[in-house]
Amino acid sequence: MTDSRGNIASLVERTALVSAAGTVVAAHFLGDTAILVLGEEALVLVSPDGQSRQVRIHGGAILASAADANRIITGGDDGRIVATALDGASAELGSDSKRRWIDHVATGPRQSVAWSAGRQATVRSPISEERVFEAPSTVGGLAFAPKGLRLAIAHYNGATLWFPGAQAAPETLAWKGSHLGVAFSPDGRFLVTTMQEPALHGWRLSDGQNLRMSGYGARVRSLDWSAGGKWLATSGAPQLVLWPFASKDGPMGKMPRMCAPAQAPAETVACHPKQEVVAVGYGDGLVLLVRIDDGAEILAREPSGAPVTALAWNSQGTRLAFGGEDGGAGIVNLG
Amino acid sequence: MSDKIPVTVLTGYLGAGKTTLLNRILSEPHGKRYAVIVNEFGDIGIDNELVVGAEEEIFEMNNGCICCTVRGDLVRIIDGLMRRKGRFDAIIVETTGLADPAPVAQTFFMDANIGRRAKLDAVVTVTDAKWLQARLKDAPEAKNQIAFADVILLNKTDLVATDELSELEARIRGINPYAKVHQTTRCDIPLSEVLARNAFDLDRIMEIEPDFLTGPDHDHEHTHDGHDHAHDHNDDHHHPGGGLKHYHDEEMQSLSLKLAAPLDPDKFFPWVQDLVQKEGPNILRCKGILSFKDDDERFVFQGVHMILDGDHQRPWQEGENRESRIVFIGRNLPQERIKAGFESCLA
Repeated sequence: MTDSRGNIASLVERTALVSAAGTVVAAHFLGDTAILVLGEEALVLVSPDGQSRQVRIHGGAILASAADANRIITGGDDGRIVATALDGASAELGSDSKRRWIDHVATGPRQSVAWSAGRQATVRSPISEERVFEAPSTVGGLAFAPKGLRLAIAHYNGATLWFPGAQAAPETLAWKGSHLGVAFSPDGRFLVTTMQEPALHGWRLSDGQNLRMSGYGARVRSLDWSAGGKWLATSGAPQLVLWPFASKDGPMGKMPRMCAPAQAPAETVACHPKQEVVAVGYGDGLVLLVRIDDGAEILAREPSGAPVTALAWNSQGTRLAFGGEDGGAGIVNLG
Repeated sequence: MSDKIPVTVLTGYLGAGKTTLLNRILSEPHGKRYAVIVNEFGDIGIDNELVVGAEEEIFEMNNGCICCTVRGDLVRIIDGLMRRKGRFDAIIVETTGLADPAPVAQTFFMDANIGRRAKLDAVVTVTDAKWLQARLKDAPEAKNQIAFADVILLNKTDLVATDELSELEARIRGINPYAKVHQTTRCDIPLSEVLARNAFDLDRIMEIEPDFLTGPDHDHEHTHDGHDHAHDHNDDHHHPGGGLKHYHDEEMQSLSLKLAAPLDPDKFFPWVQDLVQKEGPNILRCKGILSFKDDDERFVFQGVHMILDGDHQRPWQEGENRESRIVFIGRNLPQERIKAGFESCLA
């Protein structure tokens, strides 16, 4: 299946292709070096000159990854939490005593790291001793609030907000169903979860007001906030779906904006860090850059046949890394 | 489609012999590599890096339908296992003795991400011949596990007499005439009878005529036609004939219908959707092969409770009998109404 986009502007010639040894499940940047996270065992570090090298960091599947300014944090089915630096050197941050899978990891302010194994979420921070939270069911996702040491934990029938450094009781936001991914809005006013159903749920944190965002054809597996936080970009439909979060009510009572319709579902989204532009990776391998304002598209990669499973921008927004289920990957240089 | 990882679901009441079967699968040389999702971790005597402990987490879907449940832990674990998909050929999911197989099966239909990469191969139910009779009376889970099964092991047969065995088998068939039943003592059965069955391949199931049990005195077009509704169901009863006793379970039945003329899809889909919306809690499983008018491809579907999944399967072959067949297994099914509804779908 191919998607004919006609004669739109293309960045295809500005792309350095990388062939990874397996499925790329996530991508991150440390400076201008792209880090492709493979489904099994290893990271692929792609330096700005296009040189790539693979470093083995886990003894099995890599189930989760997150980045802060200096490190990539990964969790594996080997029960280990590993931090890897730009030079490829890795160190074990922790391990599960029962060797359970590390299902989720998150990075927070001042080098804080959180991970979960089953129902147990753990936070380690230089400004607090290691703390453990037992969720009522298996943890579906973790996210640090943009400010302060506060962790959101998604689980069955809601999400819990927890201050690991304080004695205050965790606060539970209830909504029926299985909540998987979780994300704070950049201004910290809203918390959004992806659900087992093809829908998102959200809460306005000031008053716990519920936000329901539905209408998707598939489970939403990827979401990201636009630069400035006015829009929430999501996968789950054969187009880019953007929910408006600029007003105090967020998307309450509003329709989402939809752009860049395609033949395959949007699988992965990543917002440009400075402009209102979203990179969208589709199920057929197509990657588009989409300007939110007018829906204008730029082709970043022609359809390859394999779903795009990873997208990431560097912090300047000059480089875009993409990776696919078949290991096909590349770095688009916009600089 | 064939690159989907096959998943065998192993159910059975406590002590029936699931672990015996699992240990055989993991230890015998058969050239296949299995990833195994177990509940009672300690019981597995095999050191296999792809044995994953799971806690059964039944999650209701947030769609107002109480029978739409999935196994949340399976969503997570299968997603994780798929990152290592080159390392195994198939997945086995062992459920606890009390488990309802529906959420496990529904997980493969409800979660597109899993359905794209894995498919249900068969539900295999291990039963304990000595205790099955009692469990069928006091444990609804035991009956569900039989109703859901594609393959049933009537195990520990050395503990009961021969005539009791044939009675048990007849009782199983009274609940689920479509499953393949094997009598075993220590789950001693060629593993090929249990694994890679492709039992969800509907052809096999639809070829089985449930009628063969009912003896010559019954209408062969519609299996249960004419002998089910006037009866008092306070007690199990049996019909002689055909060599095997035929039990009707007082609450669990199957219904098999066929129509020789093509169906109108614009009538069939609204009807079947409406039926499973209303009767979903009572319909444990349904399956069908359909012939639509002006359509040269076979349409196949299957469902669990309210969830239906269907697609064109392949072109009808030269000389193939283009008939439509549907099968329901469930509780207190409104058989006459289903039959009339199905017949109203003719083009």
